[in-house]
Amino acid sequence: MNFWSFVSQNRLEIASLTAEHLWIVSIATLLAIVVGVPLGVLITRKPALRKPVIAIANIIQTIPSLALFGFLLPAPWIGERAGRLAILALMLYSLLPMIRNTYAGIAGVDRAIIEAARAMGLTDWQLLYKVELPLAASVILAGIRIAVVISIGLATIAAAIGAGGLGELIFRGLTMVNNAVILAGAIPAAIMALLADVLIGWLEERFAPPREA
Amino acid sequence: MADSAQAAVQFCDVSYNLAKGREILYRLNLAAFSGEILVLLGRSGSGKTTALKLVNRLREQSSGEVLVDGRSTRTWNLIQLRRHIGYAIQEVGLFPHFTIARNIGLVPELENWAKEKIAARVEELLKLVGLSSDISSRYPHQLSGGQRQRVGVARALAADPPILLMDEPFGALDPLTRSDLQREFLLLQQKLQKIIIFVTHDLHEALLLGSQIALLEDGKLVSCSTPEEFVRSQDPLVRKYVEAFAGTDVRKRGRA
Repeated sequence: MNFWSFVSQNRLEIASLTAEHLWIVSIATLLAIVVGVPLGVLITRKPALRKPVIAIANIIQTIPSLALFGFLLPAPWIGERAGRLAILALMLYSLLPMIRNTYAGIAGVDRAIIEAARAMGLTDWQLLYKVELPLAASVILAGIRIAVVISIGLATIAAAIGAGGLGELIFRGLTMVNNAVILAGAIPAAIMALLADVLIGWLEERFAPPREA
Repeated sequence: MADSAQAAVQFCDVSYNLAKGREILYRLNLAAFSGEILVLLGRSGSGKTTALKLVNRLREQSSGEVLVDGRSTRTWNLIQLRRHIGYAIQEVGLFPHFTIARNIGLVPELENWAKEKIAARVEELLKLVGLSSDISSRYPHQLSGGQRQRVGVARALAADPPILLMDEPFGALDPLTRSDLQREFLLLQQKLQKIIIFVTHDLHEALLLGSQIALLEDGKLVSCSTPEEFVRSQDPLVRKYVEAFAGTDVRKRGRA
C-alpha cells in the first residue's frame, strides 16, 4: 500500500486525528500561557524567586517525555483520561519558554521608559498592562512559538499512552513496519508545526514595538 | 527652615546612602519656590540626579525630609505625589507603542478626563512646545530628537503639575536645537510660573536657565546662589567649575 492510497482511503481518520492533535496542543498552550506568563511577571517583581522558578521549569523540561507521562499516570482526575494527561504534560513542557521569555521581554524594556512611567504616577498594575506587557509582547510570542512547535512534535508521543492525535498513525505504522502509515501521521504533524511557526512568527512581527529609525 | 508652608519643594537635611553604605548625598538643604528654576549643577556622580529623584520618590532618602508643598513626601500618597510633579529626562522615555497624542495624554487619561478634554489639552500642549498638531498621530520613532524632547516636555506638563523635574532634558541635542529649546523653555516658564528643578552638568545651561544654582560635589552642597553671584564667587570649588568652562565668556548672562 503506498502513501497516497493510504491517505485517500483514511482521510477522514487522518483529519480527525489532526483535529485531536491540534486540540491537545492548543489547550496545553493556553494553559501554559495562563500559568507561565504570570510566573514570568512574578519573577520580574520578586527577583529572589527567579532562580528557583526557572530551575524548576528547567528540570521539568529535562524529564524524558515518556517518563513524564508515566509519572503523571497516578495523578487523580488527570490520570483517568489519557487526553488530560497529555495536555498536562505538554503544558509543563511549555512552561519554560513562557516563563523565560516573559521575564526576558519585560526585563528588556528600556529602563528610561519604565522610570518615566513610574514618575508619571502609573500604578504597578498600569505599568504592567499599559507599558511592560505590550512592549514585551513580541518576545512573549516568540516563547509561545517555540512552545507550540515543540508541543506539536511531543504530542505525537502522547499516543503511546492512548491520548490520540497523529502519533497514533506513527505508532501503528511502526508496529506494521509500514512507512506509508508512519508518514501519514508524521507529515501532517510537520506541516502543522511549520504553519504554527509561520503564523505566530507573523504575530510576533506585528506586535514588535516600533524601533528607533 | 523658614516659610516651610510656602516653599513648594524643600530638602531638609537630606542624606541618601546606598545599601552598601556608600554616601550619595550628605545633609542636603535646599529650597525651590514658584516661578523659580533651581538648577542642580555638578559633575557625574555628584548626586544631582539622585537629589531630583528623591522629590518624586523614585528613590527614598536615608534620612532627612523632602517637603512638597510643606508636607513630607513620605506622607504623600505616592501616586498623587507623582501626578503632582512633571518629569522630563534626557532619554525622554516616550512610550514607543503609543502615538504622540497618547503619550502626552496618558496622565490625563489615568486621571479619567473626558476624551474631548484630553484631545484639546494635547493640541494646546503641542502648540505650547512649538510642535504642529499633525504629529499627534505619529509614533516617537518617527520624530527627530528635538521633536521628541519637546514631546517629553509636553507630556510632563500634561496635567498641569505645579512642579517640574528635569534631568538634562536638552543634553542629547545638537547645540543649535538645544539653544532654541532653552530659549523657548525660559519663555514658557515665564508664562507658567512652575517650580522647576533642573539637573545639568553644563555651566552655560545653568547660567542661562537658573534663578538659583546649587553646585553639588561628592553629594555635598558647595554653594547655592544666583547666577550673578555664582560667577563672582570666591569659593574654590565654584572657581574650579567656572574656570573649567572659561575661554567662553560665562560672565555675560545670555538671557535673551
